[in-house]
Amino acid sequence: MTDSKGILIPTKVPITRRNALKGLAAAGGLIAAPGFVRYAQAESSSPIRIGFQSHRTGIGAAYGRWYERTTSAAIKAINAAGGINGRPVEVIIEDDGTDAGRGAEVVAKFAKQHKTDIVYGTLFSNVVIGSAPTAGELKIPYYVVSEGYHVASGKLNRWCLQPGITDVRAQVTSVAPWVAANLGKKITMVFPDYAFGYDHRDYLPPALEKAGAEVVAKIAIPPTESSFTKYFPQIPSETEVIYHVMVGPAVLTFVKELGEFYGSNGPKLFGFIDSLEAVDINSPGLEYIDGSHFWEGSPRYSQPNDTDAEKAYRAAVGIDDNGASVDDPKDVSTAAHMFGCWETLYVIKQAMEDAGYKGPQDRAKLVEATEALTKFAEGPEHPQGPKIFNGKIHQVFGIQNISKLEGGRLNVVHKTAIEDGMYEPEADYTTMPL
Amino acid sequence: MRDIAPARFYALHLAVIAVLFALNFLLPAYHHGLMARILVLAVFAMGYNMLFGYAGLLSLGHSMFFAAGLYGAGLAVVHLGWGAPPAFAAGLACGAVLSLVIGLLSLRTSGVAFMIVTMMFAQVFYLAILYFAPWTGGDQGLVVPRQARVLTIGDQPFDLADPQVRYLTALALFAAVLLACLALVRSRYGRVLVAIRENEERTTMLGYDTFSNKLAAVVVSGTICAAAGAAYALLFGYVGSNFAGVQYSILPLLWVLVGGAATTLGPLLGTLTMYYVIDVASGYTTAYLLVVGVVLILLVLFFPKGILGSVRQRWLGWLP
Repeated sequence: MTDSKGILIPTKVPITRRNALKGLAAAGGLIAAPGFVRYAQAESSSPIRIGFQSHRTGIGAAYGRWYERTTSAAIKAINAAGGINGRPVEVIIEDDGTDAGRGAEVVAKFAKQHKTDIVYGTLFSNVVIGSAPTAGELKIPYYVVSEGYHVASGKLNRWCLQPGITDVRAQVTSVAPWVAANLGKKITMVFPDYAFGYDHRDYLPPALEKAGAEVVAKIAIPPTESSFTKYFPQIPSETEVIYHVMVGPAVLTFVKELGEFYGSNGPKLFGFIDSLEAVDINSPGLEYIDGSHFWEGSPRYSQPNDTDAEKAYRAAVGIDDNGASVDDPKDVSTAAHMFGCWETLYVIKQAMEDAGYKGPQDRAKLVEATEALTKFAEGPEHPQGPKIFNGKIHQVFGIQNISKLEGGRLNVVHKTAIEDGMYEPEADYTTMPL
Repeated sequence: MRDIAPARFYALHLAVIAVLFALNFLLPAYHHGLMARILVLAVFAMGYNMLFGYAGLLSLGHSMFFAAGLYGAGLAVVHLGWGAPPAFAAGLACGAVLSLVIGLLSLRTSGVAFMIVTMMFAQVFYLAILYFAPWTGGDQGLVVPRQARVLTIGDQPFDLADPQVRYLTALALFAAVLLACLALVRSRYGRVLVAIRENEERTTMLGYDTFSNKLAAVVVSGTICAAAGAAYALLFGYVGSNFAGVQYSILPLLWVLVGGAATTLGPLLGTLTMYYVIDVASGYTTAYLLVVGVVLILLVLFFPKGILGSVRQRWLGWLP
């Protein structure tokens, strides 16, 4: 579906006699060169067009819906403050169906038909990886909000960037020391048997070992599985913590069956909220996870120490204290991830302004300007927290939240430091030609 | 099929190829790129049509043949460092071998059982891709390196990612498969397949080995689908498990049904129609699959044999 959002707010410039004379002279010059007029006018006042590759249908639809709301709120705020380089911003939305093949077509459609300046907003890793070659071939900057370790791994291309959300490798590395210090030293991992699970499988054990803990079992669950009881006997009795990452609707069954298996004497639980994004944490069947801990990129529930920037962000996007839509308390957000849309758009704004971006001819300069960014301070543009950007691997690093589910809400009990998640870069996109 | 001079068939098909060639210079950039993709997927549909349209065997597992070509070519490039031509050949070989094995096993069944067995084999293939994730990239898939996507003819390298080269390569593959299919369905072998479709028992009684003929149809069909998959990997640079999913088994069936089963040009028309219905409808509503459903219902009501099938039935009885 195609959609446009954009508010034109003219910037106010004080008019003096000198400015007026300069303006008249410039206008006269332009009138004398009619061929130039349309071009100049088009570039100075025409909107900057951002192609939003959205998961409106398919498995990512719940994320897509909230990514759109966050994007809409951020664009409204950016336009209200004068747009980018004084130009309004317009978002064109196309549905990729959360499908890698369609994703690539959508990127081509943005570049060739909608003629957007950039493409932005993709979450699911398969769509990112499927679309990346097309973005590289068409030389259009592709800003993803995906959290996969694909961009940072170096296996994509120089046109792919992830400056608004941390990747799974960093998230896992950040939380491991806290898990080891506070929950237990012997950990059993339960994860989906596909790529998202593998990032956890590969990067958690070394981080735990460094923290003096160990993974005693790794249980990979096939993606087609709908019942989990048969896997639970594989959990060693010495297990102190079950680290679970069960993405998809099966999580409700997983939690229920885990509760039936262990009763009240099971190991402690630590999970990634990805499984429960857009799901009411107080849904029937989830009682067993009460008292357990979760990773959250950004907290779903408002916290007592929320900054003004965080409060303003939540109000702008339209989520209440419980992380649900202010219009419908049952419409729970994907708060742990969608902040990445807001922050990515502000990174794009900063990079476009640094590059003096005027149009598609400056796309390469825009990539270079993004690569040159190093730090983002916490504030209205980055409400989740401060960030460090590594231009070589096109990946941002930030703080992570560990929350405890108690009293029917998730309370943040620990915030990691940015440095906790940083790792040695394995690639350098800046050496690739643009 | 009425007795029409062969020149007429070939003239029609060559004219279609000529129009597609002209479109290379006429289409706007986006539609040019989309058309290249449609041509490759039309090859997939033509492969499906060989089995479904002519031999009357409804498979629900053809995504595995497309994926065999896709991964055969893609993995040869990524892990073995092969160039585009040998990688394409590897994709073809994977499709041929897989279809031979699947044919030998699944042709022991027929009708609904054949549909279920092919679907289950495709599911096994899909899960195997996920299982061997360290090599296949699992559900995320793999990017085929740009530097390997080059076709060298003589001393002249052609970048397969270049829009012109990509379109013309896709068209060359499409044209070759189209003419081969035309020759095949007009041959004695093609008529035997139609005979099997219409009445297998009578064909057996006439002295034909229907199992061998059907097996050959599965292999031809699977190899053509693999050619499409291998071309997709090399032209578009991505290899992913979604192409092995059940959706990509249903899609060629729909493309063929829309265009007209057992018509040589139906798969192209069906793929083109479905692609543009989705592309245009998705610009207006998120319920575009509902629009697709309505279009399919209308087609069944007014063109039960697909677009070209109905045209052949009502007006142009000589269409192959």
